[in-house]
Amino acid sequence: MQLDEHLFRREAGRMVAALTRLFGVQNLALAEDVVQDAFCRALEVWKMRGVPENPSAWLMATAKHRALDVVRRERTSRTFAPELGRLLETEWTLAPAVEEAFATETIRDEQLRMMFSCCHPRLPEEAQLALILNVLGGFGAAEIADMLLRGRAAIEKRIARGKKVLAGGKRLFDLGDAEFAARLETVQRALYLLFSEGYHGASAEAPVRAELCEEAIRLAAMLRAHPPSATPATHALAALMCLHAARLPARLDAAGDLSAFEDQDRARWDRARVAEGLALLEQSAAGTTVSAYHVEAAIAAAHAAAPRVGATDWREIVSLYDRLLAIAPSPVVALNRAIAVGERDGPAAGIAALDGIADRDRLARYPFYPAARGELELRRGERTAAHAAFADALALARNGAERRFLEKRLRACTL
Amino acid sequence: MSEFIYLYRATESDRKANMGTPELAQKSMQAWLGWMRDLEQKGHIKNPGQPLEVTGAVVRGSQKVVTDGPFVEAKDLVLGYTVIQARDLKEAAELAKGCPILAGPSGTVEIRPVLQGAM
Repeated sequence: MQLDEHLFRREAGRMVAALTRLFGVQNLALAEDVVQDAFCRALEVWKMRGVPENPSAWLMATAKHRALDVVRRERTSRTFAPELGRLLETEWTLAPAVEEAFATETIRDEQLRMMFSCCHPRLPEEAQLALILNVLGGFGAAEIADMLLRGRAAIEKRIARGKKVLAGGKRLFDLGDAEFAARLETVQRALYLLFSEGYHGASAEAPVRAELCEEAIRLAAMLRAHPPSATPATHALAALMCLHAARLPARLDAAGDLSAFEDQDRARWDRARVAEGLALLEQSAAGTTVSAYHVEAAIAAAHAAAPRVGATDWREIVSLYDRLLAIAPSPVVALNRAIAVGERDGPAAGIAALDGIADRDRLARYPFYPAARGELELRRGERTAAHAAFADALALARNGAERRFLEKRLRACTL
Repeated sequence: MSEFIYLYRATESDRKANMGTPELAQKSMQAWLGWMRDLEQKGHIKNPGQPLEVTGAVVRGSQKVVTDGPFVEAKDLVLGYTVIQARDLKEAAELAKGCPILAGPSGTVEIRPVLQGAM
């Protein structure tokens, strides 16, 4: 039987949720120990007897038994989940309380509460992301460091601090709390950032970053499964994730390098994902609020609707970017708009738009700003200017994939 | 608030009827969880107590003879206990009505006030 490589990771997230429900969030470390024990046991036993029919159920059952043992051993010296009171102290209710904690619906709720708790306003965004990936996603510090382009020690510090804040809260975020709507926005933003990190970082050298996209999509699905958090903005966020993720298979060329948007083979787009994204976009149209996610999803949909890059409705896309700038102005959005203007009105207009970006000094370290200029100069035949722009871009390249891509563009200027 | 003990009794056949299969046992356990959780939330539980195995040992008399036991009539066997806080005996009895042991015809909850010592 083939083991899904994500199995352990995902089951870890679910087991931690169930165990935290029993032990209380202040005993998160204990919950993680029990999960580790369950995995060790699984490796020992499955090596000898083979992988069971239902590995997930096997892991859960093992965690349940360990939880019972731990509670019986520790109940005189520890306090467990305050919500359970003394129900863990007595054999009348201990076993059923454990059963209940491991029920599918309970785990679903606890994972959602955990997600909301990880997005604590006192934690910097990066800590929120690291915490979500670690506690909900089952990723280790080293993997998270790779995903977020940080050092491992820094990530370990973030996670440790995050867990301290979690424990200090005494209990997980209550989904009925008055702060729900505000916290939901923070959660959405965190998932958006996770997805972006994964999408923009995905390359042959960093396949794990495509996994980040999948993780963000999975977590967004959890939000959608719970009616109060299944808002139009959540659906729009999920739509934009699907529509972008659909393009991932075409992002790399045969050599595993980044390919330019115009050169991407759209036949390799995941059409099922596109369909899913469009359906979610439909759903997000309920109600009157238009969030930045809505507009970004609409832009992604406009791209997805074009069978070839030449068939893209750039008028539509520019007007969507106008809308996005009104709702959520940023230099990167303005940059993307300028590129679209270049497509709609020609390279000179595009360059004028680039020059007109407000706060463009914030793009000073962003390689795709000079690269965009390079593309437009090349398009209007100004090879020298294009070369200079790509040289600037190359100097700002942040990894091997970007370097190789920009070197290729530089070479195209000297032909 | 005064303290009372609940002593639970039921015959073996009742126990089998309520707990005989895994599904029934599951349902029964959940019923106990539900009832106790309710009592706990309303502040009535002084000590949740424990379920007890049906036989153990008996130490008897000034000779302190130890034998296996107890071997009493099934309907008299105490299966477990809980210590409750309630306003009075009437309230304690009312609260006991929710106990899952009463699912079977022989199930009983005996309620005894804790005797407070005098000096």
